[in-house]
Amino acid sequence: MNIKKILNQLNVRAECRSYGLSLWQCPSFLFLIMGLVIIGSALIAYGLGTRFIEDPQTVALIVLILTAVLFVVSFTITRSFERLVEVNRMRSEFVKIVSHQLRSPITNLSWTIDILMSGQLGKVEEKQAEYFKILKENSSRMIGLVRDLLTVSRIEEGSLMIKREKISIELIIKKLISRFKPFALGSNVEIKLEAGENLPQVFVDAHQIEIVIENLFDNAVRYIKEKGEIKIKLEQRDKALYFEIKDTGVGIPKADQKFIFQKFFRSEKAIRQQTQGSGLGLFIAKSIIERFDGQIGFESEENKGSTFWFTLPIDQQYN
Amino acid sequence: MAKTILFIEDESALQKTFGDILSKESYDMISALDGEIGLNLAKSKKPDLILLDLVLPKVHGFEVLKELKSDPGTKDIPIIVLTNLEAMEDVNKAIELGAKTYLVKTQYNLEEVVEKVKKALK
Repeated sequence: MNIKKILNQLNVRAECRSYGLSLWQCPSFLFLIMGLVIIGSALIAYGLGTRFIEDPQTVALIVLILTAVLFVVSFTITRSFERLVEVNRMRSEFVKIVSHQLRSPITNLSWTIDILMSGQLGKVEEKQAEYFKILKENSSRMIGLVRDLLTVSRIEEGSLMIKREKISIELIIKKLISRFKPFALGSNVEIKLEAGENLPQVFVDAHQIEIVIENLFDNAVRYIKEKGEIKIKLEQRDKALYFEIKDTGVGIPKADQKFIFQKFFRSEKAIRQQTQGSGLGLFIAKSIIERFDGQIGFESEENKGSTFWFTLPIDQQYN
Repeated sequence: MAKTILFIEDESALQKTFGDILSKESYDMISALDGEIGLNLAKSKKPDLILLDLVLPKVHGFEVLKELKSDPGTKDIPIIVLTNLEAMEDVNKAIELGAKTYLVKTQYNLEEVVEKVKKALK
């Protein structure tokens, strides 16, 4: 091991950054802190020992044993922590590489279907069009899943890029309502929007906020099994913009509610209903909203429906 | 005379798809399956537009872009980057190196990409 490698290892900040962790979650920094705790404990033990115990050899022995025990304990803890961090890092790296590699064949598939559906290579019969539509929908699902996996791995690495600009959330909502309307009509679901007057714009990343609202919309529509309603509210509350989406769907069982924002979590009810979903949407939504210093939450009652909400701070400087 | 598009892309399926659709739009398409061939063809054929993937064998897309934009014979050819890399640093780098537009493949359907190509050629 050369000098450069040793110095790199001693550069705790750089090492923690390479894990994508804050200092207090980083094994190397924790080991350093525990080292200081051991030294402090040894000094205190020595001070107290010399005060209350006459025999210096006994004091030395006590200090030695205490130091050894603390060292073993801290070494074990930080090593386990290090292994956990490394496993997480490798898992994120794997997801990132695989997701990226999947994008090429999925794009090929999607665009090949586009050209077949266009009719430019020959007349498309009705039955063929139906099957092409199924192929297109499923390739879009795969694209969405790969996108979500890559977003999650970037969130965990801390490398999710954001581009802030002044945007109107109301415009994004109206755009998504048009997109979901055909599906909602087909499922007998009515969508209502209640937006306040003269709502301020927020300084966020439009594309990412659209992903958040789309995820919440998707859940709301998907979990209404028969005739139902989705009510969207958008208003200013003090120094924040408040968004709410309320559905009359299946609701979330109480036992599942505390896990709802976790990665890959899907409520038993959702799985039983066989609704499609990766279990990543709400994790991504929460991460994005919190990135913009907002808050996100929900209320839900089984068989009655759910209300998901988020707030985004209004930056007065930009209004 | 039909406009010429050089498509530098290592996925032969995409080469075929674009070849079919662009010929229907009355464009002539030249294929290059790696960065090195792409550079040579750009310099010899002087196309009206270049569609450039970034992750390429032999010479990376960024190197191709850099060289084309520094060569007096090719610096004025508009280049549309068409890739699956969507990190902001890649987008910024491509624009700084002189790309006209940066398109992430999974964010567009085929028709939308063709519209962007037509717009760039006007």
